[in-house]
Amino acid sequence: MLEVSDLKVKYGEVAAVKGVSLSVPQGSIVVLLGANGAGKSSTLNAIAGLVVSTGSIRFEGAPLSGRPAEDIVKRGIALTPEGRRVFPSLSVADNLHLGGAAHAYGAELKGRVEAELDRFPILRERYHQKAGLLSGGEQQMLAIARSLMAGPRLLLLDEPSLGLAPLIVDKVFDLILDLKSRGLTILLVEQNAERALEIADHGYVLQTGQVVLEGTGAELVRSDLVKQAYLAE
Amino acid sequence: MDIVLQQIVNAISLGGIYALLALGLAVIFSIISLINFAHGELMTVAGYGMFFAAAVSLPFPFAVCVAVLFAVIAALLTERLAFRPMRKADATGLLLTSFAVSAILRVIFQNGISARPKPVPLPSGFAGVIDLGVLHVGIVPLLSIVMTALSLASLTLFLNRTTLGKAMRAAAEDFQVLRLMGIKANRVIAVAFAVSGALAGIAAVLWIAQRGSVDPLMGFVPVLKAFVAAVIGGLGSLSGAVAGGFALGILEVLFQAFLPDAALPFRDAFVLGFVILILIWRPDGLIPAPVARRS
Repeated sequence: MLEVSDLKVKYGEVAAVKGVSLSVPQGSIVVLLGANGAGKSSTLNAIAGLVVSTGSIRFEGAPLSGRPAEDIVKRGIALTPEGRRVFPSLSVADNLHLGGAAHAYGAELKGRVEAELDRFPILRERYHQKAGLLSGGEQQMLAIARSLMAGPRLLLLDEPSLGLAPLIVDKVFDLILDLKSRGLTILLVEQNAERALEIADHGYVLQTGQVVLEGTGAELVRSDLVKQAYLAE
Repeated sequence: MDIVLQQIVNAISLGGIYALLALGLAVIFSIISLINFAHGELMTVAGYGMFFAAAVSLPFPFAVCVAVLFAVIAALLTERLAFRPMRKADATGLLLTSFAVSAILRVIFQNGISARPKPVPLPSGFAGVIDLGVLHVGIVPLLSIVMTALSLASLTLFLNRTTLGKAMRAAAEDFQVLRLMGIKANRVIAVAFAVSGALAGIAAVLWIAQRGSVDPLMGFVPVLKAFVAAVIGGLGSLSGAVAGGFALGILEVLFQAFLPDAALPFRDAFVLGFVILILIWRPDGLIPAPVARRS
C-alpha cells in the first residue's frame, strides 16, 4: 500500500533520515522502532508531507513526493503527530469538526463526528470542553479521533503511548488493534517496543537515520539488538 | 460629572479604533508571525476609496462599503504579490518585506494621487451632538463606538461559529497540524488578510470621520499606536489586542484631560512611560498569546 524507498530528510546541514526504505502492506500494522533522534518522526513527517524529503514515496501506486500535507491527507493518509497537538483553546467538538471539514460536510460530517463519539465515549462527555483541559489520555484519543475524521486508509501514529499511564497505554494499543480489524492500515512509531512488537505484523529498527534491522514482530522480539537496546531484559 | 462622562465616551471611541487596528495586526501575526508595517497603508487605501466614492457622488453608506472593499482587496493583493512569495522567510525577512510594501504604496499615493490631503466630504449630521440628559455625545464618537462594537461582535461570531473562523484560531495555535487536517494553508492565510483588511478599512472610516481628509501618510500614526496597543495586550493575542487598544485609548484621553497645560505637549511621552510600566508589570502583555509549541 505504501512504498518508501531511499527516503532522505535534511534539516539544514543535519541529515535526520539517510536513505530509509520500507513498505507497509494493506491491512497490516508496521512499527518503526529506534532511539530518540533515530529519524522515526522525520520519516512519518516526510510521508505526511510536513517536511521536504528526497527519494520516492508511493501510496497505492501513485507518487507522493513533493506534495503538500493538505493533498496527502486527501489521498487517504492521516498523521496523528507526536505530542497529540490538539488545538487547546478549541472545544473537543471544534477539534473534531476541523479534522473532517476538508473531507466531508453537512450530514456526512455530522455522521463522522457521531461515529468517533461512539468509538470514544469519553469525548462525548467532554464534547463542549476546551481540548486543553482534557487529560493526556483523553487528548490522545481526541488526536486520533481527529485524524480519523479525515477518513484515512493509512494512519500514521507517532508515539501514541508517550507519557500516558499504563492503563491508558493498554487502551491505546487495544484501539490500534481494533482499527486494524476494521480494515485500517497502520504505520506506528513507538518507544514502547515490547507492546508495539506484540501487535505489529512487521517492524523496522532505525538508528541514526538508517534501517539497521527489519523483520516480523516475532523475529524482532527475539533479535539480540532489540532485546539489548529496547526491551527491559 | 458631565466632563467625566464625555471623556469616557472619547476614550472608548478612540480606544475602539486602536482596538480594531491592533486586532488587524494580531490576526496576521498570530498566524504567520508577520508584523505587518503596511497595515497603515491599508487604512490609507480605504481613505482614498472614500475620496473616490465621493468624487463620483456615491451616497455616504456606499462610500463606507467602497472603503472597506478597497482595504480588503489591497490586503489580499499584498498577501498574494508580496508576502506569499516570502512565506518561507524568517520573521525579519517578513518584517522587511512589509516595510517595502508600505514604502511602495506610499510612493504610489504620493505620485499617483497627490502628496496633499484630499478632502472627504462627510454627511452634515456628523457635526451634531446627541443630548442624552446629562450627557452630550458627539455623533462621531457615538457612531464610532457602535461600529467598533458591531465589528468586534461580528468577528467574534465569525471566529467561534464558522469553520473558516475556527480554522483561523486553530492556525494560530498549530498551523502544521491544521494542514494535516487537509485545510489549505493558503486559504486560511488569505482569509486572515481579508479580515485584517476589513478591520483596517473600518478603522479608516472612523478615523476619517474625525478629520475629513485623506493623505498618503494618514495611516502611519494610528497604526504606530496600534502596534503599541498590540504589544500592551500581548502580541499575537486577539483578545489582548482589543484590551491593549482600549487601554491605550483610555490612557491617551486621561493624560489629555488631566495633564496641566504646560505638560500637554509631552502627552505621548507620559502615555508611553505608562506603557513601559505596564510592560514591566506584565512583560508578555495584558492577555498573552498562548506560547507556540513549535515553529
